[in-house]
Amino acid sequence: MASTVFDDKATATRTPAPRRRISASTLAARALVVVVYLFILSPLAFVVWLSFFKDVVITFPPSGYTAAWYVNAWRNAAFADGFIFSVKIALCAAVIGVSLGVAAALGIARYRFMGGSLVNMLLLSPLVVPGIVAGVAVYLFYLRAENVLNMDIVGTFSGLLLAHVCLTIPWTMRLVSAAMSGLDTTIEEAARNLGATGFQTFWRVTLPMLRPAIVASALFSFIISFENLELTLPLVGPGHTTLPIAIMQYLEFNLDPTIAAVSAVQIVLLGIVMLVTDRFVKLSQVI
Amino acid sequence: MARVAIHNLRKQFGQTTAVADFSLDIADGEMVAFLGPSGCGKTTTLRMIAGFVEPSGGAILIGGKDVTHTPPNRRNTGMVFQRYALFPHMTVTQNVEFGLKMRKLPAAERDARIKQALDMVRLTSLRDRYPRQLSGGQQQRVAIARALAIRPEVFLLDEPLSNLDAKLRVEVREEIRALQQQLGLTTIFVTHDQEEALTIADRLAVMHDGRVQQIGSADELYERPANHFVADFLGKMNFFEGAFDCDGRFVTQRGTPIGIGALQAANPGTRVVGLRPERLSLDAAPLPDTNSLAVTVSSLVYMGATVEVRALTERGDPIVAHVQNNFRGDVGRLVAGSKAFASFRIDDCVLFN
Repeated sequence: MASTVFDDKATATRTPAPRRRISASTLAARALVVVVYLFILSPLAFVVWLSFFKDVVITFPPSGYTAAWYVNAWRNAAFADGFIFSVKIALCAAVIGVSLGVAAALGIARYRFMGGSLVNMLLLSPLVVPGIVAGVAVYLFYLRAENVLNMDIVGTFSGLLLAHVCLTIPWTMRLVSAAMSGLDTTIEEAARNLGATGFQTFWRVTLPMLRPAIVASALFSFIISFENLELTLPLVGPGHTTLPIAIMQYLEFNLDPTIAAVSAVQIVLLGIVMLVTDRFVKLSQVI
Repeated sequence: MARVAIHNLRKQFGQTTAVADFSLDIADGEMVAFLGPSGCGKTTTLRMIAGFVEPSGGAILIGGKDVTHTPPNRRNTGMVFQRYALFPHMTVTQNVEFGLKMRKLPAAERDARIKQALDMVRLTSLRDRYPRQLSGGQQQRVAIARALAIRPEVFLLDEPLSNLDAKLRVEVREEIRALQQQLGLTTIFVTHDQEEALTIADRLAVMHDGRVQQIGSADELYERPANHFVADFLGKMNFFEGAFDCDGRFVTQRGTPIGIGALQAANPGTRVVGLRPERLSLDAAPLPDTNSLAVTVSSLVYMGATVEVRALTERGDPIVAHVQNNFRGDVGRLVAGSKAFASFRIDDCVLFN
């Protein structure tokens, strides 16, 4: 409100023409922002809206609204099991991936060693290989490994977890490397000067300074693992199905709004996780 | 506090020599400034003393103990960095407490030392703030308190004032000097600012290209610079290149005679005569008991307290004089083109080979 008052005064006392032109361009910029947000958010809003449609076959406009699809989703064991399995995989993948990713980022940033850039490229490669290709490659590799080791890998929790860890590492590496390049190394020297050993310096100074990047990495790793479909597809076995795969399997035979209800729940849960994270670490400062 | 002895310290980075043959003894409670242009090796030397850079040769002794290969955390030096290097995730108190915790001091002792250190830099009221909530000067004072709380044997300062604005720089500088004298701290202060070094230190080590050029007190260095580099780096100086002729007169390459014949016997190989601009007097007539050069003023530069007068001798040697800006006497009448006499005493001439 205050700015409006100021603008009015300014228009009254000074030349009005340039003022109006500036406000027109500001208006255009704001409109653009609104359009972009609509573009990003409207699919999410539509999914939530669809989940309340009454009709079994999605029709437009809906003949009425109901919450029955949420009950239906809740009763479907495949979704509940898939959700729990996905959370388990995503949590483990995030914890292991972030630990390894931080170590890798530190090693590559701080030490020069033979093949350093090769290791860097390899660890980042999951970002550029299409998920379905990686999934099939990992599947074939696991089959070979099963023959050699004489143990089950495909379709096991550990087999899938290992693949997801590889998937999450590049995210941690990107975020942590970026944060590290902004670190003032004299701060670590100050810690050494004050009597801290190398490990104490890492634990009490370096790591806390990287905290925002690490928290953001954990969040991204969780989401990337949780929503992954393509890489996961060849690697799941009976009884070990993730939520995205449960959704896909349901879609093969049904086209009712249950899927929308499941997605709506997923959107809300991930939204909550992000908001809670943002309370502790301002994500906008890291990314 | 302790004595520091540095013997033939050397550092190679590949083919380049960053520091060559650096030797210096620093007395207990003495403050020494390492002064030189950037890249002269002064910071590398300091970092070798702190333990961040492994020397290629030589030895460093602190309090008689050889620490040449001791890791930095076991050296007991207190260092202040150019960019403060405070821990951003810790409050002022926690920053100061860090070194005390690393030394595993009991809580009561830690509290007493924190209070003492923060009182010393007058920051007790800001002890719960985070570094980002402090001004540059306050941050640097926290860094000083943090370095001193551990009661180091040597206090090391790496360009501690470079990030502060001009007024604050003088203030913090005087504060550092007062603390250093009050606590009797053995201190090494690295700077590229000659005024800073001259005003703060008991002795200065002027460095250039990895080598110590001269070590001495401020007036020794200023009055009797060992070589052309030191003379040029500390303050301004007129240099007259030339040689003694067969009549025993010193004549510049352009042919201006400088009347220092009396000094020939002691310094026969003189190639350059140096003369500080403020030791020249500009007058309408030659002053008695001095040497005088007839000059023509080419320009005047107003510098506040002094006026820099640029002139040429009759043979065309440039000469610069700094005269007090009181606009009394003959100076007030000087304009470009004025004829004047630049007078100086033989004692004020510095001879280089």
